[in-house]
Amino acid sequence: MHGEQTSQLQPGIKVIHVDKKFGKVSVLKDITMEVKANEIFGLLGPSGSGKTTLVKLIAGMAEPSNGEVYVSGVRMPNLNMLNNIGYMAQSDALYSELTALENLAFFAALVGLNGAVRKQRIEEVTQLVNLANFLKRPIATYSGGMKRRLSLAIALLHRPEILILDEPTVGIDPVLRKSIWDELRNLSQSGTTILLTTHVMDEAEKCTRLGMIRDGRLIAVGAPDELKQSAGSQSLEDAFLVYGGVRK
Amino acid sequence: MRVRSLILRIVRQFFRDKRTLALMILAPLLILWLVALIFNGNTYHPKIGAVDIPRQIVTRLVNQGAVVESYSSNAAALNALSLQKLDAAISFADGVPHITLEGSNPSKSKTVLLLAQKVLLQPANPMPSQMQPPVIRYLYGSANMSSFDNFGPVLIGVFAFFFVFLIAGIAFLKERTTGTLERLMATPLRRWEMVAGYVVGYGIFTMIQACLIAWFSVGVLGMMMNGQFLYLLLVTLLLSMTALTLGTLLSAFANSEFQMMQFIPIVIVPQIFFSGLFSVDNMAPWMRRLSEIMPLYYGADALRNVMIRGKGFLAIWPDLCVLLAMSLVFMALNVFALRKYRKI
Repeated sequence: MHGEQTSQLQPGIKVIHVDKKFGKVSVLKDITMEVKANEIFGLLGPSGSGKTTLVKLIAGMAEPSNGEVYVSGVRMPNLNMLNNIGYMAQSDALYSELTALENLAFFAALVGLNGAVRKQRIEEVTQLVNLANFLKRPIATYSGGMKRRLSLAIALLHRPEILILDEPTVGIDPVLRKSIWDELRNLSQSGTTILLTTHVMDEAEKCTRLGMIRDGRLIAVGAPDELKQSAGSQSLEDAFLVYGGVRK
Repeated sequence: MRVRSLILRIVRQFFRDKRTLALMILAPLLILWLVALIFNGNTYHPKIGAVDIPRQIVTRLVNQGAVVESYSSNAAALNALSLQKLDAAISFADGVPHITLEGSNPSKSKTVLLLAQKVLLQPANPMPSQMQPPVIRYLYGSANMSSFDNFGPVLIGVFAFFFVFLIAGIAFLKERTTGTLERLMATPLRRWEMVAGYVVGYGIFTMIQACLIAWFSVGVLGMMMNGQFLYLLLVTLLLSMTALTLGTLLSAFANSEFQMMQFIPIVIVPQIFFSGLFSVDNMAPWMRRLSEIMPLYYGADALRNVMIRGKGFLAIWPDLCVLLAMSLVFMALNVFALRKYRKI
Protein backbone atom coordinates (compact mmCIF):
# COMPACT_ATOMS: atom_id res chain seq x y z
CA MET A 1 0.00 0.00 0.00
CA HIS A 2 3.03 2.25 -0.07
CA GLY A 3 3.72 4.74 -2.75
CA GLU A 4 0.35 6.36 -3.30
CA GLN A 5 0.98 9.72 -4.81
CA THR A 6 -0.96 11.77 -2.36
CA SER A 7 0.88 10.12 0.51
CA GLN A 8 4.23 11.27 -0.78
CA LEU A 9 3.19 14.87 -0.76
CA GLN A 10 2.45 15.40 2.90
CA PRO A 11 3.22 12.30 4.89
CA GLY A 12 2.13 12.01 8.48
CA ILE A 13 -0.94 13.28 10.30
CA LYS A 14 -2.12 16.83 10.77
CA VAL A 15 -4.82 17.87 13.21
CA ILE A 16 -5.86 21.50 12.95
CA HIS A 17 -8.05 23.27 15.54
CA VAL A 18 -10.24 20.26 16.09
CA ASP A 19 -13.25 20.31 18.41
CA LYS A 20 -15.47 17.33 19.00
CA LYS A 21 -18.80 17.54 20.75
CA PHE A 22 -21.23 14.75 21.54
CA GLY A 23 -24.47 16.62 22.01
CA LYS A 24 -23.58 19.35 24.47
CA VAL A 25 -20.59 17.53 25.93
CA SER A 26 -17.34 18.82 24.55
CA VAL A 27 -14.85 15.95 24.40
CA LEU A 28 -12.03 17.55 22.43
CA LYS A 29 -11.22 21.25 22.62
CA ASP A 30 -9.16 23.00 19.97
CA ILE A 31 -6.61 20.27 19.34
CA THR A 32 -3.81 21.13 16.96
CA MET A 33 -0.97 18.70 16.49
CA GLU A 34 1.17 17.01 13.92
CA VAL A 35 2.54 13.52 13.68
CA LYS A 36 5.57 13.51 11.41
CA ALA A 37 6.34 10.75 9.00
CA ASN A 38 8.11 7.73 10.49
CA GLU A 39 7.81 8.80 14.09
CA ILE A 40 6.19 6.98 16.94
CA PHE A 41 3.85 9.50 18.46
CA GLY A 42 2.31 8.70 21.81
CA LEU A 43 -0.89 10.22 23.15
CA LEU A 44 -0.56 10.14 26.91
CA GLY A 45 -3.48 10.81 29.16
CA PRO A 46 -5.83 9.32 31.73
CA SER A 47 -8.91 7.42 30.65
CA GLY A 48 -11.71 9.76 29.71
CA SER A 49 -9.29 12.42 28.52
CA GLY A 50 -10.39 12.10 24.88
CA LYS A 51 -7.56 9.96 23.49
CA THR A 52 -9.80 7.41 21.85
CA THR A 53 -12.07 10.09 20.38
CA LEU A 54 -9.08 11.86 18.84
CA VAL A 55 -7.76 8.60 17.47
CA LYS A 56 -11.13 7.80 15.91
CA LEU A 57 -11.23 11.18 14.21
CA ILE A 58 -7.84 10.46 12.70
CA ALA A 59 -8.86 6.95 11.68
CA GLY A 60 -11.80 8.45 9.81
CA MET A 61 -14.51 6.85 11.91
CA ALA A 62 -15.93 10.15 13.11
CA GLU A 63 -16.06 13.71 11.89
CA PRO A 64 -14.74 16.62 13.93
CA SER A 65 -17.36 19.18 14.98
CA ASN A 66 -14.90 21.89 14.00
CA GLY A 67 -11.45 21.87 12.44
CA GLU A 68 -9.68 19.58 10.03
CA VAL A 69 -7.85 16.28 10.12
CA TYR A 70 -5.39 15.30 7.38
CA VAL A 71 -3.77 11.91 6.96
CA SER A 72 -1.00 11.82 4.35
CA GLY A 73 -2.34 15.07 3.03
CA VAL A 74 -5.88 13.75 2.56
CA ARG A 75 -8.74 15.35 4.45
CA MET A 76 -10.42 12.81 6.72
CA PRO A 77 -12.82 11.09 6.80
CA ASN A 78 -11.94 9.53 3.47
CA LEU A 79 -12.87 6.00 2.53
CA ASN A 80 -9.94 5.32 0.20
CA MET A 81 -7.52 6.47 2.84
CA LEU A 82 -8.69 3.68 5.13
CA ASN A 83 -6.67 1.26 3.03
CA ASN A 84 -3.52 3.06 4.18
CA ILE A 85 -4.43 3.07 7.84
CA GLY A 86 -4.02 0.17 10.21
CA TYR A 87 -6.29 0.54 13.24
CA MET A 88 -6.27 -1.40 16.45
CA ALA A 89 -9.22 -0.60 18.68
CA GLN A 90 -9.11 -0.37 22.43
CA SER A 91 -11.44 -3.31 22.84
CA ASP A 92 -10.59 -6.42 20.90
CA ALA A 93 -13.05 -6.53 18.08
CA LEU A 94 -12.79 -10.18 17.11
CA TYR A 95 -15.32 -12.86 16.20
CA SER A 96 -15.13 -15.27 19.09
CA GLU A 97 -16.80 -18.20 17.30
CA LEU A 98 -14.18 -18.12 14.57
CA THR A 99 -10.57 -19.23 14.71
CA ALA A 100 -7.70 -16.77 14.65
CA LEU A 101 -6.95 -17.75 11.08
CA GLU A 102 -10.54 -17.12 10.01
CA ASN A 103 -10.49 -13.72 11.70
CA LEU A 104 -7.25 -12.82 9.96
CA ALA A 105 -8.52 -14.03 6.59
CA PHE A 106 -11.72 -12.02 6.96
CA PHE A 107 -10.02 -8.74 7.81
CA ALA A 108 -7.37 -9.39 5.15
CA ALA A 109 -10.10 -9.71 2.53
CA LEU A 110 -11.67 -6.45 3.67
CA VAL A 111 -8.46 -4.55 3.03
CA GLY A 112 -8.09 -6.21 -0.34
CA LEU A 113 -5.53 -8.94 0.32
CA ASN A 114 -6.14 -12.17 -1.54
CA GLY A 115 -4.59 -15.45 -2.54
CA ALA A 116 -0.90 -15.98 -2.00
CA VAL A 117 -0.26 -12.45 -0.72
CA ARG A 118 -2.88 -12.89 1.94
CA LYS A 119 -1.41 -16.20 3.03
CA GLN A 120 2.06 -14.79 3.21
CA ARG A 121 1.03 -11.69 5.15
CA ILE A 122 -0.96 -13.76 7.63
CA GLU A 123 2.12 -15.90 8.21
CA GLU A 124 4.33 -12.87 8.70
CA VAL A 125 2.12 -10.99 11.13
CA THR A 126 1.30 -14.03 13.23
CA GLN A 127 4.99 -14.85 13.52
CA LEU A 128 5.51 -11.32 14.65
CA VAL A 129 3.00 -11.46 17.47
CA ASN A 130 3.93 -15.01 18.37
CA LEU A 131 0.60 -16.64 17.57
CA ALA A 132 1.65 -18.93 14.74
CA ASN A 133 0.94 -22.04 16.81
CA PHE A 134 -2.52 -21.00 17.90
CA LEU A 135 -4.12 -20.09 14.59
CA LYS A 136 -6.54 -23.00 14.51
CA ARG A 137 -8.02 -22.20 17.91
CA PRO A 138 -11.30 -20.33 18.22
CA ILE A 139 -10.92 -16.86 19.74
CA ALA A 140 -13.23 -17.88 22.59
CA THR A 141 -10.32 -19.91 23.98
CA TYR A 142 -7.83 -17.03 23.72
CA SER A 143 -6.51 -15.12 26.72
CA GLY A 144 -6.77 -11.34 26.90
CA GLY A 145 -3.14 -10.90 25.87
CA MET A 146 -3.50 -13.25 22.92
CA LYS A 147 -6.52 -11.30 21.68
CA ARG A 148 -4.55 -8.07 21.97
CA ARG A 149 -1.77 -9.57 19.90
CA LEU A 150 -4.16 -10.84 17.28
CA SER A 151 -5.75 -7.39 17.04
CA LEU A 152 -2.31 -5.95 16.45
CA ALA A 153 -1.59 -8.57 13.80
CA ILE A 154 -4.83 -7.64 12.02
CA ALA A 155 -3.88 -3.95 12.08
CA LEU A 156 -0.53 -4.80 10.46
CA LEU A 157 -1.90 -7.10 7.74
CA HIS A 158 -1.92 -4.67 4.84
CA ARG A 159 1.39 -2.94 5.67
CA PRO A 160 -0.38 0.35 6.37
CA GLU A 161 1.71 3.48 6.15
CA ILE A 162 -0.16 4.91 9.10
CA LEU A 163 -0.61 2.70 12.12
CA ILE A 164 -3.07 3.79 14.80
CA LEU A 165 -2.99 1.77 18.00
CA ASP A 166 -5.37 2.40 20.87
CA GLU A 167 -3.75 1.07 24.06
CA PRO A 168 -1.84 -1.64 22.19
CA THR A 169 0.03 -3.37 25.00
CA VAL A 170 -2.62 -3.72 27.71
CA GLY A 171 -2.50 -7.23 29.12
CA ILE A 172 0.63 -8.25 27.27
CA ASP A 173 3.48 -9.70 29.28
CA PRO A 174 6.79 -7.74 29.52
CA VAL A 175 8.78 -10.07 27.24
CA LEU A 176 6.25 -9.86 24.46
CA ARG A 177 5.73 -6.17 25.06
CA LYS A 178 9.43 -5.63 24.43
CA SER A 179 9.30 -7.60 21.19
CA ILE A 180 6.26 -5.64 20.06
CA TRP A 181 8.04 -2.38 20.79
CA ASP A 182 11.08 -3.61 18.85
CA GLU A 183 8.78 -4.33 15.95
CA LEU A 184 7.11 -0.92 16.20
CA ARG A 185 10.58 0.67 15.96
CA ASN A 186 11.40 -1.50 12.94
CA LEU A 187 8.16 -0.44 11.30
CA SER A 188 8.79 3.23 11.95
CA GLN A 189 12.32 2.95 10.59
CA SER A 190 11.02 1.33 7.44
CA GLY A 191 8.62 4.19 6.88
CA THR A 192 5.50 3.60 8.95
CA THR A 193 4.03 6.48 10.91
CA ILE A 194 2.73 5.25 14.24
CA LEU A 195 0.24 6.94 16.52
CA LEU A 196 -0.54 5.15 19.75
CA THR A 197 -2.36 5.95 22.95
CA THR A 198 -1.21 4.90 26.36
CA HIS A 199 -1.66 5.71 29.99
CA VAL A 200 1.49 3.83 31.03
CA MET A 201 4.34 6.25 31.69
CA ASP A 202 7.26 3.95 30.96
CA GLU A 203 5.72 3.11 27.63
CA ALA A 204 5.37 6.79 26.85
CA GLU A 205 9.13 7.15 27.37
CA LYS A 206 9.71 4.96 24.33
CA CYS A 207 7.86 7.23 21.90
CA THR A 208 9.68 9.61 19.59
CA ARG A 209 7.34 12.37 20.66
CA LEU A 210 4.48 12.65 23.05
CA GLY A 211 1.26 14.56 23.25
CA MET A 212 -0.16 14.95 26.73
CA ILE A 213 -3.91 15.14 26.77
CA ARG A 214 -6.18 15.99 29.65
CA ASP A 215 -9.88 16.87 29.71
CA GLY A 216 -9.94 17.09 25.94
CA ARG A 217 -7.09 19.56 25.72
CA LEU A 218 -3.62 18.94 24.44
CA ILE A 219 -1.51 20.30 27.31
CA ALA A 220 1.97 19.60 25.97
CA VAL A 221 3.74 18.17 22.94
CA GLY A 222 7.40 17.18 22.60
CA ALA A 223 9.99 14.45 22.96
CA PRO A 224 9.84 12.74 26.37
CA ASP A 225 13.15 14.23 27.49
CA GLU A 226 12.21 17.73 26.34
CA LEU A 227 8.95 17.54 28.22
CA LYS A 228 10.66 16.48 31.43
CA GLN A 229 13.33 19.11 31.04
CA SER A 230 11.11 22.06 30.41
CA ALA A 231 8.82 21.02 33.24
CA GLY A 232 11.85 20.63 35.44
CA SER A 233 10.74 17.24 36.65
CA GLN A 234 12.36 13.84 36.98
CA SER A 235 9.60 11.73 35.53
CA LEU A 236 6.92 12.03 32.88
CA GLU A 237 4.35 11.60 35.58
CA ASP A 238 5.58 14.73 37.32
CA ALA A 239 5.79 16.55 34.02
CA PHE A 240 2.19 15.63 33.31
CA LEU A 241 1.14 17.14 36.63
CA VAL A 242 3.06 20.31 35.89
CA TYR A 243 1.54 20.75 32.45
CA GLY A 244 -1.85 19.86 33.78
CA GLY A 245 -1.53 22.82 36.16
CA VAL A 246 -1.84 20.61 39.21
CA ARG A 247 1.78 21.20 40.30
CA LYS A 248 3.80 24.36 39.78
CA MET B 1 -15.39 -9.03 -3.04
CA ARG B 2 -15.67 -7.51 0.41
CA VAL B 3 -19.31 -8.48 0.50
CA ARG B 4 -18.33 -12.05 -0.37
CA SER B 5 -15.90 -12.33 2.53
CA LEU B 6 -18.54 -10.87 4.83
CA ILE B 7 -21.04 -13.48 3.67
CA LEU B 8 -18.48 -16.25 4.12
CA ARG B 9 -17.80 -15.05 7.64
CA ILE B 10 -21.50 -14.96 8.56
CA VAL B 11 -22.05 -18.47 7.22
CA ARG B 12 -19.03 -19.78 9.15
CA GLN B 13 -20.18 -18.11 12.35
CA PHE B 14 -23.65 -19.48 11.96
CA PHE B 15 -22.41 -23.04 11.56
CA ARG B 16 -20.32 -22.67 14.73
CA ASP B 17 -23.41 -21.67 16.66
CA LYS B 18 -25.38 -24.87 16.31
CA ARG B 19 -28.03 -23.92 18.82
CA THR B 20 -29.06 -20.76 17.07
CA LEU B 21 -29.05 -22.62 13.79
CA ALA B 22 -31.39 -25.19 15.32
CA LEU B 23 -33.63 -22.49 16.76
CA MET B 24 -34.04 -20.81 13.42
CA ILE B 25 -34.53 -23.99 11.41
CA LEU B 26 -36.21 -26.46 13.74
CA ALA B 27 -38.19 -24.32 16.19
CA PRO B 28 -40.76 -23.15 13.59
CA LEU B 29 -41.28 -26.78 12.53
CA LEU B 30 -41.81 -27.90 16.12
CA ILE B 31 -44.35 -25.17 16.82
CA LEU B 32 -46.23 -25.73 13.56
CA TRP B 33 -46.40 -29.42 14.39
CA LEU B 34 -47.81 -28.69 17.85
CA VAL B 35 -50.42 -26.33 16.42
CA ALA B 36 -51.38 -28.96 13.87
CA LEU B 37 -51.82 -31.52 16.63
CA ILE B 38 -54.12 -29.22 18.55
CA PHE B 39 -56.32 -27.95 15.74
CA ASN B 40 -56.27 -30.80 13.31
CA GLY B 41 -57.82 -33.21 15.82
CA ASN B 42 -61.23 -34.79 15.28
CA THR B 43 -64.42 -32.90 16.00
CA TYR B 44 -65.30 -32.48 19.63
CA HIS B 45 -67.84 -34.84 21.19
CA PRO B 46 -69.75 -32.90 23.82
CA LYS B 47 -70.60 -34.66 27.06
CA ILE B 48 -74.28 -34.29 27.83
CA GLY B 49 -76.14 -35.33 30.95
CA ALA B 50 -79.69 -36.50 30.25
CA VAL B 51 -82.25 -36.18 33.04
CA ASP B 52 -85.28 -38.23 32.32
CA ILE B 53 -85.59 -37.53 28.60
CA PRO B 54 -87.24 -39.72 25.95
CA ARG B 55 -85.15 -42.62 24.72
CA GLN B 56 -85.50 -41.61 21.06
CA ILE B 57 -83.97 -38.21 21.76
CA VAL B 58 -81.06 -39.82 23.58
CA THR B 59 -80.48 -42.05 20.56
CA ARG B 60 -80.54 -39.09 18.25
CA LEU B 61 -78.12 -37.16 20.48
CA VAL B 62 -75.73 -40.08 20.37
CA ASN B 63 -76.10 -40.34 16.62
CA GLN B 64 -75.14 -36.69 16.32
CA GLY B 65 -71.91 -37.40 18.18
CA ALA B 66 -72.70 -36.58 21.78
CA VAL B 67 -71.60 -38.63 24.73
CA VAL B 68 -74.78 -39.03 26.77
CA GLU B 69 -74.99 -40.04 30.39
CA SER B 70 -78.24 -40.50 32.22
CA TYR B 71 -78.92 -38.85 35.55
CA SER B 72 -81.78 -39.62 37.86
CA SER B 73 -82.32 -36.08 39.08
CA ASN B 74 -81.63 -32.50 38.08
CA ALA B 75 -79.50 -32.02 41.19
CA ALA B 76 -77.22 -34.91 40.31
CA ALA B 77 -76.76 -33.58 36.77
CA LEU B 78 -76.04 -30.05 38.00
CA ASN B 79 -73.51 -31.43 40.42
CA ALA B 80 -71.72 -33.28 37.62
CA LEU B 81 -71.88 -30.08 35.58
CA SER B 82 -70.23 -28.05 38.34
CA LEU B 83 -67.49 -30.68 38.61
CA GLN B 84 -66.90 -30.20 34.86
CA LYS B 85 -67.73 -33.80 34.09
CA LEU B 86 -70.40 -32.57 31.67
CA ASP B 87 -70.67 -29.78 29.13
CA ALA B 88 -74.44 -29.56 29.41
CA ALA B 89 -77.42 -31.08 31.12
CA ILE B 90 -80.77 -31.56 29.33
CA SER B 91 -84.06 -32.10 31.08
CA PHE B 92 -87.75 -31.72 30.26
CA ALA B 93 -90.20 -29.73 32.25
CA ASP B 94 -93.80 -29.67 31.06
CA GLY B 95 -92.67 -30.93 27.66
CA VAL B 96 -90.24 -28.05 27.21
CA PRO B 97 -86.57 -29.01 26.98
CA HIS B 98 -84.28 -27.21 29.42
CA ILE B 99 -80.59 -27.02 28.66
CA THR B 100 -78.06 -25.98 31.31
CA LEU B 101 -74.62 -25.27 29.94
CA GLU B 102 -71.34 -25.41 31.79
CA GLY B 103 -70.64 -22.30 29.76
CA SER B 104 -67.04 -21.40 30.49
CA ASN B 105 -65.86 -22.41 27.04
CA PRO B 106 -67.86 -20.68 24.30
CA SER B 107 -66.83 -23.09 21.57
CA LYS B 108 -68.00 -26.09 23.59
CA SER B 109 -71.24 -24.28 24.38
CA LYS B 110 -71.76 -23.60 20.69
CA THR B 111 -71.17 -27.22 19.82
CA VAL B 112 -73.77 -28.32 22.37
CA LEU B 113 -76.34 -25.78 21.23
CA LEU B 114 -75.89 -26.65 17.58
CA LEU B 115 -76.31 -30.30 18.35
CA ALA B 116 -79.31 -29.74 20.60
CA GLN B 117 -80.99 -27.61 17.95
CA LYS B 118 -80.58 -30.35 15.37
CA VAL B 119 -82.00 -32.97 17.67
CA LEU B 120 -84.72 -31.09 19.53
CA LEU B 121 -86.12 -28.79 16.86
CA GLN B 122 -86.38 -31.26 14.01
CA PRO B 123 -89.57 -33.04 14.99
CA ALA B 124 -91.37 -29.80 15.82
CA ASN B 125 -90.39 -28.24 12.53
CA PRO B 126 -90.20 -31.00 9.97
CA MET B 127 -88.99 -30.12 6.55
CA PRO B 128 -91.75 -29.98 3.97
CA SER B 129 -91.33 -33.07 1.88
CA GLN B 130 -91.40 -31.18 -1.39
CA MET B 131 -88.38 -29.07 -0.46
CA GLN B 132 -85.07 -30.55 -1.55
CA PRO B 133 -81.99 -30.18 0.64
CA PRO B 134 -79.82 -27.32 -0.68
CA VAL B 135 -76.92 -28.03 -2.97
CA ILE B 136 -73.79 -26.70 -1.32
CA ARG B 137 -70.75 -25.62 -3.28
CA TYR B 138 -67.46 -24.14 -2.08
CA LEU B 139 -65.75 -21.46 -4.12
CA TYR B 140 -62.59 -22.08 -2.14
CA GLY B 141 -61.80 -24.62 0.53
CA SER B 142 -64.01 -27.62 1.15
CA ALA B 143 -66.42 -29.14 3.67
CA ASN B 144 -63.66 -31.00 5.46
CA MET B 145 -61.33 -28.04 5.69
CA SER B 146 -60.12 -27.80 9.27
CA SER B 147 -59.45 -24.55 11.11
CA PHE B 148 -55.75 -25.44 10.91
CA ASP B 149 -56.03 -25.25 7.13
CA ASN B 150 -57.50 -21.79 7.52
CA PHE B 151 -54.88 -20.21 9.72
CA GLY B 152 -51.98 -22.51 8.82
CA PRO B 153 -50.80 -20.21 6.01
CA VAL B 154 -50.78 -17.29 8.43
CA LEU B 155 -48.80 -19.33 10.93
CA ILE B 156 -46.19 -20.14 8.30
CA GLY B 157 -45.78 -16.41 7.84
CA VAL B 158 -45.75 -15.64 11.56
CA PHE B 159 -43.05 -18.14 12.44
CA ALA B 160 -40.87 -17.42 9.44
CA PHE B 161 -41.08 -13.74 10.35
CA PHE B 162 -40.59 -14.09 14.08
CA PHE B 163 -37.49 -16.27 14.15
CA VAL B 164 -35.69 -14.49 11.35
CA PHE B 165 -36.44 -11.09 12.90
CA LEU B 166 -35.08 -12.11 16.25
CA ILE B 167 -31.99 -13.99 15.13
CA ALA B 168 -30.85 -11.56 12.46
CA GLY B 169 -31.56 -8.65 14.79
CA ILE B 170 -29.54 -10.12 17.64
CA ALA B 171 -26.69 -11.11 15.32
CA PHE B 172 -26.41 -7.58 14.00
CA LEU B 173 -26.70 -6.22 17.51
CA LYS B 174 -23.85 -8.47 18.62
CA GLU B 175 -21.73 -6.90 15.93
CA ARG B 176 -22.40 -3.56 17.60
CA THR B 177 -21.94 -4.62 21.22
CA THR B 178 -18.68 -6.53 20.66
CA GLY B 179 -17.15 -3.55 18.88
CA THR B 180 -16.61 -5.46 15.65
CA LEU B 181 -18.97 -3.16 13.76
CA GLU B 182 -16.89 -0.18 14.77
CA ARG B 183 -13.75 -2.09 13.81
CA LEU B 184 -15.25 -2.87 10.40
CA MET B 185 -15.92 0.81 9.91
CA ALA B 186 -12.17 1.37 10.22
CA THR B 187 -11.72 -0.75 7.09
CA PRO B 188 -12.71 0.36 3.59
CA LEU B 189 -15.91 -1.69 3.90
CA ARG B 190 -18.75 0.51 2.72
CA ARG B 191 -21.92 0.83 4.73
CA TRP B 192 -24.12 -0.60 2.01
CA GLU B 193 -21.70 -3.52 1.68
CA MET B 194 -22.16 -4.23 5.35
CA VAL B 195 -25.95 -4.30 4.97
CA ALA B 196 -25.80 -6.30 1.75
CA GLY B 197 -23.49 -8.86 3.34
CA TYR B 198 -25.93 -9.40 6.16
CA VAL B 199 -28.92 -9.63 3.86
CA VAL B 200 -27.27 -12.25 1.67
CA GLY B 201 -25.48 -14.11 4.49
CA TYR B 202 -28.57 -14.46 6.61
CA GLY B 203 -30.65 -14.70 3.46
CA ILE B 204 -29.05 -18.08 2.81
CA PHE B 205 -30.30 -19.47 6.10
CA THR B 206 -33.60 -17.69 5.66
CA MET B 207 -34.00 -19.49 2.35
CA ILE B 208 -33.26 -22.88 3.93
CA GLN B 209 -35.74 -22.07 6.67
CA ALA B 210 -38.42 -20.98 4.22
CA CYS B 211 -38.00 -24.17 2.16
CA LEU B 212 -38.17 -26.37 5.24
CA ILE B 213 -41.22 -24.66 6.70
CA ALA B 214 -43.08 -24.81 3.39
CA TRP B 215 -42.20 -28.44 2.80
CA PHE B 216 -43.03 -29.44 6.37
CA SER B 217 -46.40 -27.68 6.39
CA VAL B 218 -47.59 -29.15 3.14
CA GLY B 219 -45.71 -32.43 2.92
CA VAL B 220 -45.73 -33.57 6.51
CA LEU B 221 -48.57 -31.76 8.24
CA GLY B 222 -50.78 -32.01 5.19
CA MET B 223 -51.87 -28.38 5.27
CA MET B 224 -54.31 -27.48 2.51
CA MET B 225 -52.32 -26.52 -0.55
CA ASN B 226 -54.17 -25.60 -3.72
CA GLY B 227 -51.60 -23.38 -5.37
CA GLN B 228 -48.09 -23.68 -6.70
CA PHE B 229 -45.43 -24.67 -4.23
CA LEU B 230 -43.07 -22.22 -5.89
CA TYR B 231 -45.32 -19.29 -5.00
CA LEU B 232 -45.51 -20.46 -1.42
CA LEU B 233 -41.70 -20.44 -1.32
CA LEU B 234 -41.51 -17.04 -2.94
CA VAL B 235 -43.90 -15.43 -0.47
CA THR B 236 -42.24 -17.04 2.55
CA LEU B 237 -38.83 -15.96 1.34
CA LEU B 238 -39.85 -12.36 0.70
CA LEU B 239 -41.60 -12.16 4.05
CA SER B 240 -38.48 -13.49 5.80
CA MET B 241 -36.44 -10.95 3.91
CA THR B 242 -38.61 -8.19 5.35
CA ALA B 243 -38.11 -9.67 8.81
CA LEU B 244 -34.36 -9.84 8.23
CA THR B 245 -34.03 -6.25 7.10
CA LEU B 246 -36.40 -4.96 9.79
CA GLY B 247 -34.58 -6.91 12.51
CA THR B 248 -31.16 -5.62 11.53
CA LEU B 249 -32.52 -2.10 11.24
CA LEU B 250 -34.21 -2.13 14.65
CA SER B 251 -31.10 -3.53 16.30
CA ALA B 252 -29.72 -0.01 15.86
CA PHE B 253 -32.20 1.09 18.49
CA ALA B 254 -31.33 -1.58 21.02
CA ASN B 255 -28.35 -1.58 23.32
CA SER B 256 -28.55 -5.18 24.43
CA GLU B 257 -30.16 -8.49 23.58
CA PHE B 258 -32.65 -7.75 26.32
CA GLN B 259 -33.72 -4.56 24.61
CA MET B 260 -33.98 -6.45 21.33
CA MET B 261 -36.46 -8.79 23.03
CA GLN B 262 -38.53 -5.74 23.93
CA PHE B 263 -39.34 -5.32 20.26
CA ILE B 264 -41.34 -8.56 20.35
CA PRO B 265 -44.45 -7.04 22.00
CA ILE B 266 -44.09 -3.87 19.95
CA VAL B 267 -43.26 -5.21 16.51
CA ILE B 268 -44.26 -8.86 16.42
CA VAL B 269 -47.38 -9.24 18.54
CA PRO B 270 -49.47 -6.45 16.91
CA GLN B 271 -48.61 -7.91 13.53
CA ILE B 272 -49.94 -11.29 14.61
CA PHE B 273 -53.23 -9.67 15.63
CA PHE B 274 -53.54 -7.92 12.29
CA SER B 275 -52.27 -10.78 10.18
CA GLY B 276 -55.67 -12.35 9.68
CA LEU B 277 -55.33 -14.94 12.41
CA PHE B 278 -58.15 -13.08 14.12
CA SER B 279 -60.91 -11.25 12.39
CA VAL B 280 -60.47 -7.49 12.54
CA ASP B 281 -63.82 -6.76 10.88
CA ASN B 282 -65.31 -5.44 14.14
CA MET B 283 -62.49 -3.00 14.69
CA ALA B 284 -62.86 0.72 14.03
CA PRO B 285 -62.07 1.31 10.34
CA TRP B 286 -59.15 3.64 11.01
CA MET B 287 -57.58 1.07 13.30
CA ARG B 288 -58.09 -1.66 10.75
CA ARG B 289 -55.96 0.37 8.38
CA LEU B 290 -53.02 -0.11 10.73
CA SER B 291 -52.57 -3.47 9.08
CA GLU B 292 -51.43 -1.67 5.96
CA ILE B 293 -48.08 -0.87 7.51
CA MET B 294 -47.49 -4.40 8.71
CA PRO B 295 -45.42 -6.75 6.55
CA LEU B 296 -47.06 -9.82 8.02
CA TYR B 297 -50.47 -8.68 6.78
CA TYR B 298 -49.28 -8.75 3.17
CA GLY B 299 -47.40 -12.00 3.64
CA ALA B 300 -50.38 -13.73 5.24
CA ASP B 301 -52.73 -12.43 2.57
CA ALA B 302 -50.52 -13.80 -0.20
CA LEU B 303 -50.02 -17.11 1.59
CA ARG B 304 -53.78 -17.61 1.96
CA ASN B 305 -54.34 -16.73 -1.65
CA VAL B 306 -51.83 -19.32 -2.74
CA MET B 307 -52.56 -22.12 -0.31
CA ILE B 308 -56.32 -21.95 0.24
CA ARG B 309 -57.56 -20.20 -2.89
CA GLY B 310 -54.97 -21.73 -5.20
CA LYS B 311 -54.29 -18.41 -6.88
CA GLY B 312 -51.31 -17.62 -9.02
CA PHE B 313 -48.85 -14.83 -9.51
CA LEU B 314 -51.46 -12.37 -10.72
CA ALA B 315 -53.20 -12.43 -7.36
CA ILE B 316 -50.13 -12.15 -5.18
CA TRP B 317 -47.84 -9.77 -7.02
CA PRO B 318 -49.16 -6.63 -5.28
CA ASP B 319 -48.38 -8.24 -1.91
CA LEU B 320 -44.96 -9.32 -3.12
CA CYS B 321 -44.21 -5.82 -4.36
CA VAL B 322 -45.09 -4.32 -0.99
CA LEU B 323 -42.86 -6.82 0.83
CA LEU B 324 -40.00 -6.16 -1.56
CA ALA B 325 -40.43 -2.42 -1.22
CA MET B 326 -40.48 -2.65 2.56
CA SER B 327 -37.27 -4.72 2.53
CA LEU B 328 -35.56 -2.15 0.34
CA VAL B 329 -36.69 0.72 2.53
CA PHE B 330 -35.48 -1.04 5.68
CA MET B 331 -32.14 -1.72 4.01
CA ALA B 332 -31.74 1.88 2.94
CA LEU B 333 -32.62 3.08 6.44
CA ASN B 334 -30.08 0.67 7.89
CA VAL B 335 -27.35 1.98 5.61
CA PHE B 336 -28.28 5.41 6.92
CA ALA B 337 -28.37 4.26 10.55
CA LEU B 338 -24.81 2.98 10.22
CA ARG B 339 -23.73 6.60 9.89
CA LYS B 340 -23.58 6.49 13.64
CA TYR B 341 -20.38 4.48 13.24
CA ARG B 342 -18.84 6.21 10.28
CA LYS B 343 -20.08 9.24 8.44
CA ILE B 344 -18.91 8.12 5.02
